[in-house]
Amino acid sequence: MELINTITDLLFGSDPELRQIIAVTLRMSLFSTLFSSLIGIPAGILLGANNFRGKRVLTRLVNTLLGLPPVVAGLIVFLLLSRSGSLGNLKLLYTVNAMVVAQVLLITPYITAMTANLVGVNAATINETLAGVGIRGTKRLKYFLLDFRVPFLTIVLAGFGRSIAEVGAVQMVGGNIQYKTRVMTTAIMMQTNMGRFEFAIALGIVLLLISLLINSVVFRVQKVTADD
Amino acid sequence: MKNFKKVIVLSLISILLLSAVGCTTEPENKVLRMSTTTSVNDSGLMAYLQPAFEEATGYTLEITSAGTGAAIEKGRMGDADLLLVHSKSAEEEFIAEGFDEVRVPFMYNFFVIVGPADDPAGVAGSATAAEAFQKIADSGSLFISRGDESGTHNKEIAIWKSIETEPSGQSWYVSVGQGMGQTLTVADEMQAYTLSDKATFLAHEDALVMHLEETDDMKNTYSMIVVSAKRFAESNVAGAQAFVDWIQTEQARKMIAEFGVAEYGEPLFFNLD
Repeated sequence: MELINTITDLLFGSDPELRQIIAVTLRMSLFSTLFSSLIGIPAGILLGANNFRGKRVLTRLVNTLLGLPPVVAGLIVFLLLSRSGSLGNLKLLYTVNAMVVAQVLLITPYITAMTANLVGVNAATINETLAGVGIRGTKRLKYFLLDFRVPFLTIVLAGFGRSIAEVGAVQMVGGNIQYKTRVMTTAIMMQTNMGRFEFAIALGIVLLLISLLINSVVFRVQKVTADD
Repeated sequence: MKNFKKVIVLSLISILLLSAVGCTTEPENKVLRMSTTTSVNDSGLMAYLQPAFEEATGYTLEITSAGTGAAIEKGRMGDADLLLVHSKSAEEEFIAEGFDEVRVPFMYNFFVIVGPADDPAGVAGSATAAEAFQKIADSGSLFISRGDESGTHNKEIAIWKSIETEPSGQSWYVSVGQGMGQTLTVADEMQAYTLSDKATFLAHEDALVMHLEETDDMKNTYSMIVVSAKRFAESNVAGAQAFVDWIQTEQARKMIAEFGVAEYGEPLFFNLD
């Protein structure tokens, strides 16, 4: 009961900090998912739908990056953006933008690999059909996008899920700064480290609620498109 | 022939094992769970004392470290037998819960104010930490706060209170909610001031400079609290008491006094009389 009170108070109470943390979290996750999708889906289609020299090497590379531990991505971005790093003069460290950069590094291989897998299975048939009506080369991209829009949405959503749940990289490059770069996951870490478990659980439940909300929206979209 | 060798090896092993058992009187519960603040662990003090303690008493020390707030919380949750922390107010709050526990202050060191080499707020030469904080606030220089309810954070809050300044929400005040090491990294990257315990600062690699140390209002006292069996029946009170007794022996006091001298040219911790 006390827990429910804590959650409602956090969400709707007088303290705006949680709402601010949620806003930062969503901003970071939306932008990283957007950029990762803009790169990853076209790249995945190109990789999955074509046969070319070096395809296997490239696939292996993407799959390797898929296993990139978040803290390593965080470390790379940290070292690049650090005051003494090669991109230090951009003054990006400990900003939401830095967090987006690290997340894009993590999520793009994921979206690329999932897309390539999905497209690859059906590529031969679709390529044949499209070739039959005279559509070849990059013109096919549009048809792949249309054909797979629903599974693509699921992939994008899975990418979003990864982004919103990640903690190691965003802690390193975001710095968990109050009112600036503190997101749900780093806040949960911090509260746990401070021994405030109830607050941490409340934050965790809020995080799950957000996830549920987004999933429900996507479910409806899928249903509507299926009904069409 | 082979069997004969085996017999010899086995009997040798048994003799060794038996003699090892005879060496120390075996404590019943050999594992002592200690919850410490990050500074004593990150500075390497615990790793340095641990083997000597284990050899002297026969206990196995399991150390977890966190900010003082969380370190004390582990005592509340029954996840630690002994607390080694440095925040008087938080310690007294814990004891006031009424389980007949006592805090045993045993060593101290000093907090330091560190910041960018050019010292934009002119903190160096201040008589007290309060004066230095006033200069930082007046000049609006960036200040990084631990913001994690650790002993260091509590000390920082007390200093702000002493000059009647509320830094939270100010544009120059950055609260990171992280341990001392990460906070120093952030301060280094942002070229900002921060309050640190000296041991962690000396062990941390950065370009920050110590601008103020050893003022009266920056004394940092470390205490131990044995978690009472009244709180949790399975608490290893005997083991915790063995550590409290051992740390006050001549051997341990000498080790503490010598710790860090070789590496930093000065001790990092001082024994309380």
